[in-house]
Amino acid sequence: MIEITIGAISKPMEAKKIKTGDWGTEYPVVDIEKCSGCKSCEMFCPDLCVEVVKENRKKYAVFNYDYCKGCGVCAFVCPEDAIKMEMKEIYKLEVE
Amino acid sequence: MKYFSAGHGACPGCGLPIAVKNVLQVLDGKCFVVNSTGCLEIISSQYGKSAWGVPYIHSLFENAAPVAAGIEAALKALGRKDEGHVVVFAGDGATADIGFGCLSGVMDRNHDIIYICLDNEAYQNTGHQQSGLTPLGEATTTTPVGKMMPGKLKNKKDMVSIAVAHGIPYVATSSSGFPADIRRKVKRALEFEGTKYIQIHSPCVTGWGVDGKGGVIAAKLAVETGLYPLVEFEYGKLTRVRKIKDRKPVEEYLKMQRRFRHLFKHPMGKQIIEELQRIADENTRRYGLDVKRK
Repeated sequence: MIEITIGAISKPMEAKKIKTGDWGTEYPVVDIEKCSGCKSCEMFCPDLCVEVVKENRKKYAVFNYDYCKGCGVCAFVCPEDAIKMEMKEIYKLEVE
Repeated sequence: MKYFSAGHGACPGCGLPIAVKNVLQVLDGKCFVVNSTGCLEIISSQYGKSAWGVPYIHSLFENAAPVAAGIEAALKALGRKDEGHVVVFAGDGATADIGFGCLSGVMDRNHDIIYICLDNEAYQNTGHQQSGLTPLGEATTTTPVGKMMPGKLKNKKDMVSIAVAHGIPYVATSSSGFPADIRRKVKRALEFEGTKYIQIHSPCVTGWGVDGKGGVIAAKLAVETGLYPLVEFEYGKLTRVRKIKDRKPVEEYLKMQRRFRHLFKHPMGKQIIEELQRIADENTRRYGLDVKRK
């Protein structure tokens, strides 16, 4: 059901309700020890799902897997090599 | 991020959201966004699925620049110019082909807007047709590869020089592979009064035929080979360029993309690769890209 407003004006940030997290086959995993909180991934991420948080004087990247499409840009741009792309469980095939 | 939301419909690894979110972050949401038809409109402004957190208007392919000029004139007339900058996001087709005349008029009248051309080098939204900014040798659906044709036969239109020739205060090129560069250039553009033109090279993963992270790799390589020089012009004078250390051969950029892979098999391919290398060398000489060794 689509509710149409007067003048068919879109409300802001409605895209949030579309969870694009199931698009990709891979997902990024951060090594918190290695992560320096440089915000390279935050600056690059095309799906705006990275946020660098500060906890006990340690800055590290936190991913929002609801929206991550698994492109792997963050893993490529990471200067500390702290992000690894891993295959999702359901795409792992056992070939004999 | 308050100005552009997650959940938009771009392909994984698309260069457009990288450019858009960095521009909006620099403007701190104080802007009126005008968007022409193109990929950015499709991914971000479907009804009920809008990704924008700033005022946004979409108009036809050809008149994004005049709509922005109208908004700017209205803000001036109402005395509300301090409420925000007027920003245009347009694709390369909307800039160099369809909206070219209107953009020229806006640059001529020198309206106080920032015009950002998101250059993905073809009409990627409709399925990879050639545009004015498509480079030499690219295989598109309207310049297919066959016995006679090795892809597009003419070179990329030099939109930067055309914009500079209009005498506008600020012209720059940037790349989605260098978001810090985008931020710096938009910040610099805000200091000028008049039309500002920034051309951002933004990779298209499906059109260029690369995987998710390949888009950013290709965008970085385009700069590092000299095919896409990052330059800045202020009032017609070249003020700043991004120097390249150890310039790479163009083959490295070409062979990673599906749109250029025929060049390594086609009988005319070698000639075109040489021509592209010549263009890269010419850019290097013209803008002084190489770091001089002492």
